[in-house]
This record gives sequence, C-alpha cells and structure tokens, in this order.
Amino acid sequence: MPPKMTILAYQALIRFGMGRRGAAPLPTDPHAWLAAQIRAPDPAAFPPQLPTTADGLTIWREKLKLKLSPELDFVRPLLREDMRAQLNQALETDAAFRERLVWFWANHFTVSTKAGVTAALVGPYVREAIRPNVTAPFLDLLLAVMRHPAMLMYLDNNASVGPGSPVGQRQHRGLNENLARECLELHTIGVDGGYTQKDVTELASLLTGWSVDAGAAQPGFVFRLEAHEPGPKMLLGRRFPPGEAGGLMALEYLANHPSTHRHLAQKLVRHFVADDPPPEDVRTIEGVLRDTGGDLQAASLALIALPGAWAPLTKLRGPADYVLAALRALDLPEPERPPPEAAMALLGQPLWTAPLPNGFPDDTASWAAPEAVMRRVDWAYALSGRAATADPLAVGEAALGPLLRGTTRAAMAQAGARRDALTLMLTSAEFQRR
Amino acid sequence: MNIWLRRRHTIAGLVATWLAPFGSAAFAAAATDRRLVVILLRGALDGLAAVPPYGEKRLAELRGPLVPPPPGTPRGMADLGGFFGLHPELPGLAALYRSGSLLIVNAAAGATRSRSHFDAQDSLECGTPQRITSGWLNRVVAALPPASDPGGQAFSVGVGLPLLLRGPSPAESWLPEGAAPPPPDLFARIAALNATDPALGRALTDGMRARGFATSVLGPPPDAKPAGNGGPAKPAGHGAPPMGLPALAQEAGRLLAAPDGPRIAALEIGGWDTHAGQVARLAGPLRQLDQVVAGLHAGLGDAWGQTCILVMTEFGRTVRMNGTGGTDHGTAGVAFVAGGAVAGGRVAGTWPGLAAGRLFEDRDLAPTTDLRSVACGVLAGQYGFGRDRLRLVFPGYDGGSMAGVLRV
Repeated sequence: MPPKMTILAYQALIRFGMGRRGAAPLPTDPHAWLAAQIRAPDPAAFPPQLPTTADGLTIWREKLKLKLSPELDFVRPLLREDMRAQLNQALETDAAFRERLVWFWANHFTVSTKAGVTAALVGPYVREAIRPNVTAPFLDLLLAVMRHPAMLMYLDNNASVGPGSPVGQRQHRGLNENLARECLELHTIGVDGGYTQKDVTELASLLTGWSVDAGAAQPGFVFRLEAHEPGPKMLLGRRFPPGEAGGLMALEYLANHPSTHRHLAQKLVRHFVADDPPPEDVRTIEGVLRDTGGDLQAASLALIALPGAWAPLTKLRGPADYVLAALRALDLPEPERPPPEAAMALLGQPLWTAPLPNGFPDDTASWAAPEAVMRRVDWAYALSGRAATADPLAVGEAALGPLLRGTTRAAMAQAGARRDALTLMLTSAEFQRR
Repeated sequence: MNIWLRRRHTIAGLVATWLAPFGSAAFAAAATDRRLVVILLRGALDGLAAVPPYGEKRLAELRGPLVPPPPGTPRGMADLGGFFGLHPELPGLAALYRSGSLLIVNAAAGATRSRSHFDAQDSLECGTPQRITSGWLNRVVAALPPASDPGGQAFSVGVGLPLLLRGPSPAESWLPEGAAPPPPDLFARIAALNATDPALGRALTDGMRARGFATSVLGPPPDAKPAGNGGPAKPAGHGAPPMGLPALAQEAGRLLAAPDGPRIAALEIGGWDTHAGQVARLAGPLRQLDQVVAGLHAGLGDAWGQTCILVMTEFGRTVRMNGTGGTDHGTAGVAFVAGGAVAGGRVAGTWPGLAAGRLFEDRDLAPTTDLRSVACGVLAGQYGFGRDRLRLVFPGYDGGSMAGVLRV
C-alpha cells in the first residue's frame, strides 16, 4: 500500500473507528470501507439473555416490591452484564464507524444511571432506541428516544401532568418541564436555537401524558390521555393540536428545524473534525441534513467526505475512547481483559453515568487536566503489566503504523522492560489522540 | 535563593509536595496566608429549601410540602432570627451561623438569566454573562502577589479541572489515587516524550508536581538551578483508600493549612437538580455540603481563622412546587460564605419577598444581589483587592462589591 494510502487507512480506523484491533486487515479503500459500514445493516449480535426494555421495567418493579437489601440487588448485575456485552461489541467489531456513531448518539441523548430506575433501562435503551436508528432519519431517532421509558423516567416526564387534565384537576398535580427543556436545549434546536421559557412550558404541555406503564404485563411507553393537558399549544410560534398527535407533530417540527440541523452539524463536526468545528464543514453537514430531511445516513457519508476529517490526531481521545483503543490494540482474549467499565470510571468517564443530561464533553480541555492525564499513565502501566508477553514495538506498529513517531520508537527501544515500552507507546501523544 | 527544597506534607498516607525556596523568610512558598475555597453546587440548589423564609405568608400556599418543619419541632429547621430558617440537614452550618462564622446571602444570582444549567454554570465559573476562556478563580491567582512557587497556589479536588480554575495561571487537580503507579523515572520519560503536545505536555508536568515527584525527576522549574537534595520521592497516594467527599475536603483543608501549602481551592458537589420528589432527594446533597464544610474546617485547624469558603450555585429554583413534588429551573438562589474571617451570624442581601407581583417572571425568586458582588466582597476582604484587580477578575463588571463580608 502506498504510504499516503496507509495514513488514510489508519485515519479511517482511528478517527472514524475505535482504533485498530490487533493486526486486523487494513482497509485498502478507506473511504469505501467506511461508507460500506453505513450502508450495510448493523452486524451486531447480542446475547439473547440480555433484558429488553419491558424486562428492565419488570425487574425494577419487582425490586421495588421486594424491597431488597443492596446486597441482593439484581438490577446492578444485569446492568454489568449489559455493559460487558456492549463493551465487547465495541472492542471486537470490525464495523467500528457504525459503533462510534452509536456511542456518539447515546451521549447526545444521554441517559445516566445516576437516576435509580435508569440502571435497569439504559442498556436496553442504547440497544433498542439508539443503535437501530444511527443511520435513520433524525426524526426516527428522536421519537425512539422520547418515547423510551429510560428517557421519560430519567428526565421525569412520566410524572408530568397537565394541570388542566382530569388527573391534574383531581390530584392537584402539574407540569414537570425537565424533558421539554433538555429536548430543546440539548437534543434538538440547541441553547441558541431561539426559544423562550414559554416554549419550554408549551413543549412540556405537549408532552404531558407521555409516560410509562410499569404495571402492565408488557410494561413500556403509554400515552395517558387523562394526564394530557387539553387544548392547543403554541411552540416556536406554531400551533399544535392536543392529544398524542400534538406531541408527535411538535417533535417532527423540531427534528426538521434549521436550528436543529445546525446544532447537530456542530456536534458531529466537533466529534469528527476538531474541537473548534470549522464553519465551512458545519455548513456542509447542515446543508446535507436540510436537503435530506435529516437523514443521518447521508450526514454520516458526508462526514467521510470532509477533507478536515482526514487530518490526523486533531482530537484528544476521551477516556472511553482511550480505554477502548488501548484494549483493541492489545487485542487480549476476553478473560485476560481488565474490565473496561472500571477503567472508564477511573479515568473520569463512567459508562452511561454522565453527571448531567448534556452528557460527556467532546473537547481536549475537558479531558486534559493534570490528574486525569496522570491516571491514564497509571492505567496504561497497569494494563501493560498484563500484556507483558506482547512485543511492544509490534503492537505499536500495528496500532499506529506511520503515525508512530521516531522519538517514541527510540524511547521504546531504550526502555528497560517490555512493560515500560508498552506504557510509553500507550501514553504517547500519537496514541492518546485520534 | 536558588537552592530548591522539597517540602512534604504527609497526609493520611499520601504525600503532596510543593516546591519552596530556601530563604530567610522561612519556607513560605505562599504569597499570602489568606485561604479561599470555592464550592460549586452543580445542578442548582433550591435556596428556598436550604434557607426557608418561614415567616413569609405565601410560603405554604406556594410550596407547602417542600418546606421543612418549623423551628422548635422534631427535625425542624434551625431558626435564624424569626423569619428565615436553615434546613435541618445543615446542622454544622447552623452551628457556624450561631458562632458568627456563616454569612447567608439571599436572592443572589449570577451574571446570566439563562435557565440552562450549562450556560449558567459557564457564566458562574467565568464570572461573565457569556463563557470566556478562563475562570474567575484562575484570574484571582493571577492577581495575587507573585509567589515563589507559582505552580503551587491553586488546586481543585477531583480528577478534572473545573472551568472556574482553568486559564493561563497554573492550577492543579488533586485526588489521592490508590492504584500502584508507574515508577517516577518512567513518568519522567513519558513527560519528555509528550513535552511538545499542547495539551498533554503541561498536564503531565503539572500532574507530576501535584503528586509530589522530586525535583530531580521533574526537572527544575525555569530559572532555577538544579536541586542537590531532591531525593527520589514516593509517588502520592500509594495504597490510599477510596475517600468520600467530606474526607477529601478534610485532606484539602490540611493541604491549605500547611505553612507553604496552596491557598486557593475549588470543590464541586452535585445532585441538586431536584425536579421531582425534592424533599427526599435534597437531604443527601445538603448533608454532604454540611459535612464538606465541616471537613474543611477540621482539616484547616488554626488556619480556619484566615479562611473564607464561598458556596455558590448556578441559579435558584421555581418558587412554586411543580407537578411532581419538585422544582424547576429558576433564577435567584442562596449563597453561603463561611470561615473564621467571615462577619457572619446574619442573613445579608435584600429580600425581594414572595408576594404576588414580586416574583421574577411570576415564577422565580427575584435576584437582588449579583454573586460577583459577593465574590468581590470576599476578595476585597481577603486579599485587599481594589477596583483594578477586581476588574481583572471580573472583566466588564461594575456592579460594586458587597461591604462587610469579612471582619478584616
């Protein structure tokens, strides 16, 4: 392969993927290899015993009924099993561009296990609501998220009641605007999208009744007409009818709003090009979203076509990215792998546990604090201790190819121990970046 | 002056080292003996729950179920003089109030009216209406008299560095770590290998200094001659057990108390975004805040007398209870100033009232005090900052400085 092509192949694996896995074959046509992943169906297959959303709700319900002591909690073991399955998928897949998109959108639509019930639901949420829709129209993704019990319960919408609805009148209950606000601010048009407090309240009214029936035989999303605020609502200067249809129409309007396209384009370009998204790249992606009705497949293909997305090592790998890339580079068999979820927590990015609904940050400054970087070194050193039989230079050559600097090679060659050499490679700037 | 010594503070099995010059003025690396701690409450504390105005006629009507039991009843709030109370989960703060070391500032709000957590936190940390590239506490470091060790002045408790402390002045993040760390010389090689990286190079150098690596490993700071007596240091945190936030606060207090220790610290507490079931959800975070202040107090020891702790949140919450037993994003909230130097035992700020027509946008407590004026009052009292320095810390702000925050 000519050297220029080799760099592009690595860039495809590193920027768009999760890092090269061991010595897996390099793509001969990087652009086509990425595009094929986006056009092909999701190859992921998960163990059949993982819980569905309905299972998660049932398990949560039973847990509450039994008032179990923390030692007997059966939600956490299931969460761990789900985490492990989805982490294994990220570590082993060859369709890592699609995988990166799953992680990107799961962070965009953050649900955090910080809220109790979501521990039973976040695994199914990522597999059922996010994963199948990362190359669908954005509206499909938005609706899947906004109707999923994990999001409805994480941001309290299940308990939001129209004050003028029969339930509101009878029980003197009212609105909870949490989901509506984050839907506008974080999920769709963005904080600068041009909405007011009134719009937040109106969207909250539109979404009253969007709730969760946890008691049903097959628990899941339910629209409770008796809790829905009657009458039409005005959102961003438009009138929407009452009923479940009103909420659906409002979300369709938001999904296709020009501010939403700009907001999503900003975030995608920040993730795939640079911390400070070049305006012309943002305009390109924004235009594709506008012209295709928010088609995320088209937007993903357009990201591959951005020349800036092929400039190497402009982004610092966040902790989750870093842990996955290091474990893929070493390609240890599963029993020898240290638990990635523990490493991610140690490095400051616990899986599915963002502190707030805006998810984890996607820029260098947020992840380059001194102690955070020191912990990467600690972890890389511990990991290198487990892989003491690997030839460090071979691992480095395979993982980074032409991106491995001469100075790093020299430092590795002078290292007194394989473990030290491997630590030097894993903590080098070229490995910590993507 | 060019002989560099290592100073160690052994704290619960961890060692933090700050470089200090050997000179006649003892070992004081610090430019000041005045300590400042800023505690950020991320997620928006409901000020009306923390400091309930139980003397307000409309309080029960607006948010009855959210109001703690009245003073003098079992698990009732502490009385602050007949009109305001203090939440029952804040017994330590109540004791500080009684001893005159806690000042409460009501109806305080930051520089923005955004009800977005993220915009408002950015604004709170930058001290400007819009996000800028540095935090105001970082600019405080720049405005202090030059220290002999500029690297050792400010730190945050945690893995990351909050925006509040980010900026051109050096600041470190600090967290004891239990895992077996790599040997110092490997760290040194890693730092050398990454020296040219714009983000990682400085982070590694600062991180190694914060963990107490010997001068001989780290390399002397610019303009200093090499150390002769640096000796290999044990990296910090070897075998340290995992610690809760109150215990961390106590260790942070000890770091601050050391004669040549850092002087400025930032700490973050989360869990305040109580949209539903607020009464139950708020108890834990309030208890944690109470214990964090108590931990700092214990760790600071005699240095408490020179310390000021400023507790701030990005905004308050709606006055009325929402439909789910919680509160939504509001405007004005409460701020606390604690410490031995504080002129406390009183509730400051203009109380706007909860009467009909007095609420901001008919939903929130109206803001009457700018949080920057509280911070300016603290900085003027602690560090003698005049107008020019306060302008450096809060560019574009000319709303004045709260008088009498400290006993001087």
